[in-house]
Amino acid sequence: MLEILWLIPAIPLAGFFLLSVMGGLFSRKAIAWVGAGSIGLSALLAILVGIQFFSAPPAGYVFRQSLWSWIEAGEFASPIALHLDPLSLIFVLVVTVVGFLIHLYSVEFMEEDEGYRRFFAYMNLFVGAMLILVLADSLILLYLGWEGVGLGSYLLIGFWYQDPSNGYAARKAFIITRVGDTAMALGLFLLFTSFGTLDIPAITIAAPQTWSPGGQRATLAALLLLGGALGKSAQLPLQTWLPDAMAGPTPVSALIHAATMVTAGVYLIARMHAIFELAPAVMALIAAIGAATLLLSGFSALTQSDIKRVLAYSTISQIGYMFLALGLGAWSAAIFHFFTHAFFKALLFLGAGAVIMAMQDEHDMFKMGGLRKKMPVTFWTFTAGAASLAALPLVTAGFYSKDQILWYAWAGENGSPWLWAAGALGALITAAYTARMVILTFFGEAKREPDRKPGVLITIPLVVLAVLALGSGFIELPHNMGEVQLFSGWLSHSLPSVAIKEGLGAGEFTFQLAASVLVLGGLFLGYLFYLRRPELATATKRSFAGLHRLWFHGWGFNWLYDQLFVRPFEWLSAVNRRDFIDYFYTTIARANRGLYPLLSRTQSGRLRWYAFGIGLGAVIIITIIALS
Amino acid sequence: MILVWFLAILIGGGLLAWVASRWNRELPRWIALAASSANLILLLAFAASAPAGEAGKPGLWLAEFNTPWIPSFGVHFHLAIDGLSLLLLGLTFFVGALAALVSWTQIREQVGFYYFNLLWILAGITGVFMALDLFLFYFFWEVMLVPMYFLIGIWGHENRVYAAFKFFLFTQASGLLMFLAILALYFIHGQNTGSYTFDYSELLGTELSGTAATWLMLGFLAAFLVKLPAVPFHSWLPDAHTQAPTAGSVVLAGLLLKTGAYGILRFAIPLFPEAARQFAPVAMALGAISIIYGAKLAFAQNNLKRLVAYTSVSHMGFVLLGAFAFNVIAYQGVVMQLLAHGISTSALFIITGYIQERLHTRDISQMGGLWKAMPGMGAVALLFAMASLGLPGLGNFVAEFLALLGAWQAAPLWAAVAALGLIFSSAYALWMVQRALHGPPPEKATLPRLNVREWLVMGSMVGLIFWLGLYPGPILNSADGPIRTILAPASTETGPPEMDEEQGLLLPEHENTTKTTKLD
Repeated sequence: MLEILWLIPAIPLAGFFLLSVMGGLFSRKAIAWVGAGSIGLSALLAILVGIQFFSAPPAGYVFRQSLWSWIEAGEFASPIALHLDPLSLIFVLVVTVVGFLIHLYSVEFMEEDEGYRRFFAYMNLFVGAMLILVLADSLILLYLGWEGVGLGSYLLIGFWYQDPSNGYAARKAFIITRVGDTAMALGLFLLFTSFGTLDIPAITIAAPQTWSPGGQRATLAALLLLGGALGKSAQLPLQTWLPDAMAGPTPVSALIHAATMVTAGVYLIARMHAIFELAPAVMALIAAIGAATLLLSGFSALTQSDIKRVLAYSTISQIGYMFLALGLGAWSAAIFHFFTHAFFKALLFLGAGAVIMAMQDEHDMFKMGGLRKKMPVTFWTFTAGAASLAALPLVTAGFYSKDQILWYAWAGENGSPWLWAAGALGALITAAYTARMVILTFFGEAKREPDRKPGVLITIPLVVLAVLALGSGFIELPHNMGEVQLFSGWLSHSLPSVAIKEGLGAGEFTFQLAASVLVLGGLFLGYLFYLRRPELATATKRSFAGLHRLWFHGWGFNWLYDQLFVRPFEWLSAVNRRDFIDYFYTTIARANRGLYPLLSRTQSGRLRWYAFGIGLGAVIIITIIALS
Repeated sequence: MILVWFLAILIGGGLLAWVASRWNRELPRWIALAASSANLILLLAFAASAPAGEAGKPGLWLAEFNTPWIPSFGVHFHLAIDGLSLLLLGLTFFVGALAALVSWTQIREQVGFYYFNLLWILAGITGVFMALDLFLFYFFWEVMLVPMYFLIGIWGHENRVYAAFKFFLFTQASGLLMFLAILALYFIHGQNTGSYTFDYSELLGTELSGTAATWLMLGFLAAFLVKLPAVPFHSWLPDAHTQAPTAGSVVLAGLLLKTGAYGILRFAIPLFPEAARQFAPVAMALGAISIIYGAKLAFAQNNLKRLVAYTSVSHMGFVLLGAFAFNVIAYQGVVMQLLAHGISTSALFIITGYIQERLHTRDISQMGGLWKAMPGMGAVALLFAMASLGLPGLGNFVAEFLALLGAWQAAPLWAAVAALGLIFSSAYALWMVQRALHGPPPEKATLPRLNVREWLVMGSMVGLIFWLGLYPGPILNSADGPIRTILAPASTETGPPEMDEEQGLLLPEHENTTKTTKLD
């Protein structure tokens, strides 16, 4: 049964192939069937494989499937092989199931788009690449998937290619992530040089035996891999591409820039945990980056007016939580937050898409409002997702996953009060901007009438995701609330668990209470500023105009990178367009041409000149001979 | 004997094409296509009939032909191929057939003479990939040059005479240095052993003083680095590529540059292993610089052909970087790069040609939105832009990954610098896609779609680039033995016991010498 594993990535890729080569012959209906059907089939197989794996786990909780030999050069040998273990299974399930729901939604959402076939072809390509990424047995195959999702992301951000600004956003995403990818490639070279293989299980075994903790090589390798993760997961300092990536169609944002691809960095670090555990300094760095990212982008989210940009910054911020957890060594907590985040963030984007569609492509929340009554299903499902994002205590999945991270930030062996404080403050900010977003969009007076109701294909994914956004947290409950550990227990077969500090005074409950109070406080702030007394919001905005601008523009990173990298590069290219090295050669040529008339003048045809020349030459030669 | 046939078919085909143009203007192109295809089929049949794994055995010639040419100077007509030449010959005949196909309707003047030149360039390249006599090698090196000069100078674009002249001067001047080095090697070897010969396998072990070896190697490298090309010897290339007709650019980028790489692998390194090792830091630095500098220049160009031309400089930097890393992984990367770059860059030139035929411009700022007008071609162009930036799954990735991985083992710093090329290449490739394919659609919203012949060309290249990227096994196998042979003299210096192990490698040389004496 597990042998069908290869079909899970193969079917979406086949869908891509079919649509791009023969899709011209298909009707729109057929395109939808192939496009969404392939992911549906893949999801179905993933569930079957999951059930099989769960009920009768293979030896060592690992199933390996070798497909064909890929690159064999000298000592380097890497087959194309898939690797299924609890960690990759969770990613496969999320990618295919959420992916399918989003494809279903797109069937209706993209209905009137000219590039219907192109859209589904790209989406299928993306899902196929993502599945290869998470199923890869070796780092080089993982890199193939890694770059493949980069391509999918590039194509989909720039999907509406006739507008150059979309093309700009797409290029920006690709090139900035490529900076990280290049670091990662160097990391692969280093790992291969050290271990003679890029096989992930082999490295996982060999690393602790060959490298000592905190060693130079381990630290360097971890840093280089981290570079790749930072790019894909849009963490500081490579986060600037994600807000612009919202230029793509909304389902794309839901699938790629929220639920799946951007968590690839989280996956990479968890997958290579053996390397990172040997580099405690890098782990501390990851935690610090996570904490800083979640705060900075949280503040930015507070100031956005474009609903998709709020969600984009919120995505960066939530992945910051995952990085925080990774840095603490709380591997399964990070993956758990990925799991719940995939549901609620996909839901929020899809809900936002439904709103945007109903508002004639209006993205500005300040021009919406009052949609609560007019789009009830969207409102309720969106609110469910928002509650989960804000980590509303007890009833949402987001609460349980975020609570776990906060607890380890304090109590984990690498935890510290600072990290906890950052996470807790982040929870307050998250609640505040979430409340602001829901209120501006759905409450208050209507500034514009929605002109279409979401149909069945849009509603179903919203409802299913809403259920998951609320309910999926109950598979993992804290010690003091029933202690269900389905998720972390399952993951313990792939990832080590985190040790708790000893002699902690305060109990877990105190922290849960504190976090809950902060969340409720944040929600209240949102309520106060945007529903109860909106004049407060405008007044604050006016008195902190400079800060508001800084946050609104994502802390000026774009400006900085423009000055530091883009402008100098463009300047250099423009100055040296004609290649100054060529001047060297053209100067030789010109000098020769200049000499030519000079020499040709000696060919005067006058006998006495020639006789003079011969005589002079003879004198010179004789002198030389005589003197030497 | 099959090796002679390869040459005879191309040379004879060329003459026939020239003559045939008197009777029928359409005949020459058919003759050119038939000659290249016939060679390709012959080669494939030959490769298929070779015993399994034979191609990969180190130090074994798969086929050989040797007969005295100018006995008084020790010049032989000595041809032989191993797994490496086999691959490059395959590329030559394949790209040759494509070159005939893309000239199909583009060339309208002096058709016979055009195809004559095209086939003779191919013959020169074929000879270069097979020659095992240094004099013969130089002869073929020159044979490539003259018809190419005509091809650019007669059928090129507006500034063709300048470009052709520049191409000729660069190649000729550097080739002359190589010829001097060949002669010097000939005399030194003759003085040492008493046998004056140009035979490759006999010259292999020539004892040279350190300085002599370095100077001679530099003489060879002069020709090869210009041809490759490496920065700062590259400046003939953008002009030649830009001004040449499409098939000319295809043959230049797809094949002619490869002769430089082949020369380094076959001659410069095995003949002067010690000197090459000492030169390695400089060569690797030049390689890394070429990668970055070429990519940067590509980014700045407005002429689509010139842009693609500079990407060649960048891509061939990987070849130089890998060739002086002296390990199997890097060398496999180099061989893969020769093939992958041969296909992907040819494809980009061909696409540029298609665009030129429809829009009558190569100026990228006058393009834009072509995706809308020609979605099929847009998709293919996008694919090869991706190949150019090294997207995994396509041939160029395997090549660049292996070259960098191997280079990292030898010199991590230069490998890291070269890896920055991955970022720069995405900058120029995506900027090219943006300006040519994306953006608002052109006023002339309907352009003629690709016809069957054009699709045939593109389809075969798309198939090959995927094959190289996903299942390069057969290629790597075929190159494995030759690579080990090239690396062998360099690695024997580590100690005598290893030399015993690799004694087998020297076997073919003995065979050659016996054969040569018999024929004498």
